[in-house]
Amino acid sequence: MIPSAFTFYKPDNIEKAVSLMSDFGDEARVIAGGHSLIPVMKQRLTDIKHLIDLSGINEIKGIEITGNQISIGAMTTQVELINNEELFKKAPIIREASLQIADPQVRNLGTIGGNVANGDPANDMPGLMQLLDATYKLSGSNGVRDVKAREFYEGAYFTVREDDEILISISFDAPSGGYAYEKQKRKIGDYATAAAGVILKVENNMCSSASIALTNLSDTPVYCDKAVDIILGKEIDNNILNQVTEACVEQSDPVADQRGPVEFKKYVAGIVIKKALTRAIERT
Amino acid sequence: MDDVKTPSREERKSALSGLGTSRKRVEDARFTQGKGNYVDDIKLKGMLFGDFVRSPVAHARVKNIDTSAALALPGVHAVLTAADLEPLGLHWMPTLAGDKQMVLADGKVLFQGQEVAFVVGDDRYAVADGVSLVEVEYEELAVVTDPFKAELKDAPILREDIADQKEGAHGARRHPNHIFTWEAGEKEETNKVLEEAEVVADEMVYYHRTHPCPLETCGCVASMDKVNGKLTVWGTFQAPHAVRTVASLISSIPEHNIRIISPDIGGGFGNKVGVYPGYVCSIVASIVTGVPIKWVEDRMDNLMATAFARDYWMHGKISATKEGKITGLWCHTTADHGAFDACADPTKFPAGFMNICTGSYDIPVAYLAVDGVYTNKAPGGVAYRCSFRVTEASYFIERMIEVLAQKLGMDSAELRSKNFIKKEQFPYTSALGWEYDSGDYHQAWEKAMKSVNYKQLREDQAKQLQLFKDGKSRKLMGIGLSHFTEIVGAGPVKNCDILGLGMFDACEIRIHPTGSAIARLGTISQGQGHATTFAQILASEIGIPASDITLEEGDTDTAPYGLGTYGSRSTPVAGAATAMAGRKIRAKAQMIAAYLLEVHDDDLEWDVDRFSVKGAPEKFKTMKEIAFASYNQAIPGVEPGLEAVSYYDPPNMTYPNGAYVVVMEIDVDTGVSDIKQVYALDDCGTRINPMIIEGQVHGGLTEALAISMGQEIAYDEQGNVMTGTLMDFFIPTAWETPNYETDYTETPSPHHPIGAKGVGESPNVGGVSAFSNAVHDAFKPFGLTQAHMPHDHWRVWKIAKDLGLHS
Ligand SMILES: Cc1cc2nc3c(=O)[nH]c(=O)nc-3n(C[C@H](O)[C@H](O)[C@H](O)COP(=O)(O)OP(=O)(O)OC[C@H]3O[C@@H](n4cnc5c(N)ncnc54)[C@H](O)[C@@H]3O)c2cc1C
Repeated sequence: MIPSAFTFYKPDNIEKAVSLMSDFGDEARVIAGGHSLIPVMKQRLTDIKHLIDLSGINEIKGIEITGNQISIGAMTTQVELINNEELFKKAPIIREASLQIADPQVRNLGTIGGNVANGDPANDMPGLMQLLDATYKLSGSNGVRDVKAREFYEGAYFTVREDDEILISISFDAPSGGYAYEKQKRKIGDYATAAAGVILKVENNMCSSASIALTNLSDTPVYCDKAVDIILGKEIDNNILNQVTEACVEQSDPVADQRGPVEFKKYVAGIVIKKALTRAIERT
Repeated sequence: MDDVKTPSREERKSALSGLGTSRKRVEDARFTQGKGNYVDDIKLKGMLFGDFVRSPVAHARVKNIDTSAALALPGVHAVLTAADLEPLGLHWMPTLAGDKQMVLADGKVLFQGQEVAFVVGDDRYAVADGVSLVEVEYEELAVVTDPFKAELKDAPILREDIADQKEGAHGARRHPNHIFTWEAGEKEETNKVLEEAEVVADEMVYYHRTHPCPLETCGCVASMDKVNGKLTVWGTFQAPHAVRTVASLISSIPEHNIRIISPDIGGGFGNKVGVYPGYVCSIVASIVTGVPIKWVEDRMDNLMATAFARDYWMHGKISATKEGKITGLWCHTTADHGAFDACADPTKFPAGFMNICTGSYDIPVAYLAVDGVYTNKAPGGVAYRCSFRVTEASYFIERMIEVLAQKLGMDSAELRSKNFIKKEQFPYTSALGWEYDSGDYHQAWEKAMKSVNYKQLREDQAKQLQLFKDGKSRKLMGIGLSHFTEIVGAGPVKNCDILGLGMFDACEIRIHPTGSAIARLGTISQGQGHATTFAQILASEIGIPASDITLEEGDTDTAPYGLGTYGSRSTPVAGAATAMAGRKIRAKAQMIAAYLLEVHDDDLEWDVDRFSVKGAPEKFKTMKEIAFASYNQAIPGVEPGLEAVSYYDPPNMTYPNGAYVVVMEIDVDTGVSDIKQVYALDDCGTRINPMIIEGQVHGGLTEALAISMGQEIAYDEQGNVMTGTLMDFFIPTAWETPNYETDYTETPSPHHPIGAKGVGESPNVGGVSAFSNAVHDAFKPFGLTQAHMPHDHWRVWKIAKDLGLHS
């Protein structure tokens, strides 16, 4: 459980960090909270020669809220997301989901940026960001660009982020309507067996807007566009909820692991999706 | 002048904090302040570190080991392979079970994680780099992980070293992958009873492979002093003296030149009984390099390579009359021992005390056979917080009782009650040959049923079932019962030894002139609180306050010889030695007091903390006064000083028992279970420290919860360990741990000097059955008879699915 040797850098601004990244290419890696990266390094599953610590860069920390616009610096920790009252008022689902991540020790160090940039399908925040239709701001040697969370993930640990790009912030509009993030896990500190987030609005018993996303049910987070199409404009009843649930499960593609076989995961996916839908509707 | 009132007898008694007192643990001050001294805290001058290159595959021939790149790395001092150990005869080592085990891969590897080479370097970092640079060429071989396939004709032969041996350490071997057949009881008679029985229940009960996973992993620091020829080893040893003797026998270093020290140990649970390649390699490396060597496992090493537990496939048949009187029990067990037979059992018991599998019941005839087989898995088979194979036995019988009850259409609480050994039958000789010392099972059972309001629970369960059937709920309620009898305190030297070392234990006491004392024992605490409880035993025996008695264990240069701490043997054996040594002190003290008071010995009586003259209690000498006198008076015919030592060979084992009830609610769709109630009644005989008992029960129940509900060492078909980290190996946190209600009855052991039986392991033994039975009970109305543990979400979900509850 000892990583191989690496050189350590702690730049104090994003330009320096980006330039280190472009100097070293795929031999370099940024470290945020380290709670996904360090375990992998300790098991020597990856060989990282240059480690660039982002914790000295203040410009990518903190939560900014202007009107309905929310922007969160990549180096904001999960515990900061939980404790920020303003954020809770605007987007309460962030707290609900964050509290279901890992345990307090991990959340004290783990960052939103690390969580979404990591590309691990088991991470909860990528699904959450797809749910919120968030935009990621990336800074690289070719400048700054925006990528939609729904277009960021290509496969397990593969994202559209270039080797020299650093995620600097995440922004989204405050959602409106009912919400829920449901997660089944084996114990505290475990990743999801299946998890689902739902945000929707019901007006005159009709669904006027909706978003649904899944965690750890495929090699990327799953934004359930087909299910959203089904529910939009429809009257909410049990029948439609079952159809929506089915459409979500259809879009999932989990793999077997110690949590259970695929058939089980799909079944549980159906249960958590239905629970999330029901709770979101109750909250509208 | 002040009228100094003599304290009353009760006041003097309570000042001692003796037996029955919830004395606070004296160990906790240092543990809670981070001041413990564990192996990894030991830092010696010039110390180097060692670590293993481990096999990534489960079965392969080792074609070549290239150490050159590792040796070229600055900071790496040496790389040991089997070839380096062979000239010393240390490339293999004897196991506790009469087999032998490779210290480092000798031509082949037999399980994933097996030790292949030992890299020694300046620090952990250099060593880790060195490990990654050792190049090993493997030629993979077919893998067997299923014990039922190990004995097939065309199964790959694992142990080529003994492939031709028809006789093993425990009798005939019928296949190269077969280790032993061990039998107990009456085969023919049992078969006959089963054939003629009115009702027979037949079931395969699997107790899966798991791991003790103590908080502190295994490790050691070996230091060979070449000037005086003395080897000192600090290590995580549950049996330091046995380690010393074994080390002397295999290294031919004279035993007086070996000093084994067990410092603070962060939990053992059987994991630290065995001898591991890490110890041998550290010792050899220290001899080779002349400096101390430290080796400490990481968590993955620990889970993957050192001592698993259980892995017993127990096929059972139990017969009864239509009225539910049990008439016979038959059991055939297939025991998966992994690549080497390294079970930690008394020598004559290759399947431990599995023959306690008649449990708490008066079963007239029984037969047990156990076949041990080799597979491509890690060796071990240790008693994970239980006496040797006692949890397996207890789980087996408690499942068989449930299956039989189902077959009879009878409430299993009633079936138990109908068949318990009766109070007046003790001492009771079981069909498989044990003499149960004492018990009052009916009293305990009735108390338990009353405390949980069993009738009401069954009514609540029926209501919940109706809601489920009416489609109003997706939850079922399960009530898990268990009554267990353990056999602990190994044990009588006449039938219990480890590698020829009789399993007695010892205590040595020295009373200081000012009336305080030190006591040393052959056992070693790993969190049990020996320094607290053994001082309490002594306080009551010799009238010196527990707080004035220092307890020391674990240093073979100072402690008397003993066989260590596991199998709940400390209180039954070393605790008895402590009481007996205390009595020797008291006997001498009586002579001294008689001299001081100028009366005859027989005219004195013991009174809490003093000897007083019969009929004249104002004439007395306190233990404190006697202690001082023993050092400053020339007493005719009495040696100076006040010391005693006792080596105690117990006449019998002790048989702790208890009644547990678990209530849970199970969501049939998610497989999630919600534990509503855990009630644990223990009868451990005389209760030394109720608070420590409660703590032990809480800890053991939490392990039982873990084992039954999710904890396992799982392998895939290629022999890869699937649960090698704590992400997948379930250790409950406070969040998953339910509330526990503890209770007791007190039936002293008739043969133990203070009547104590041991309790540390009871909750693991009784708990697993109770949790598992609750899961089974929830699905019983739908016909479930047996579903193997662990009952994690997906396996519970699968039960519901297979029973058609998901449509
Ligand atoms: C026991 C345990 C349980 C856990 N359970 C959960 C859980 O239930 N749900 C969950 O979502 N997570 C869980 N986690 C993961 C945890 O939330 C991590 O903290 C998070 O995934 C990564 O955040 P980090 O800040 O620690 O990132 P790091 O570990 O530092 O980095 C992760 C990866 O992202 C890259 N990276 C980090 N920041 C940036 C950036 N700004 N730009 C580009 N790349 C970047 C790194 O190079 C690295 O490849 C768990 C972790 C542990 C140890």
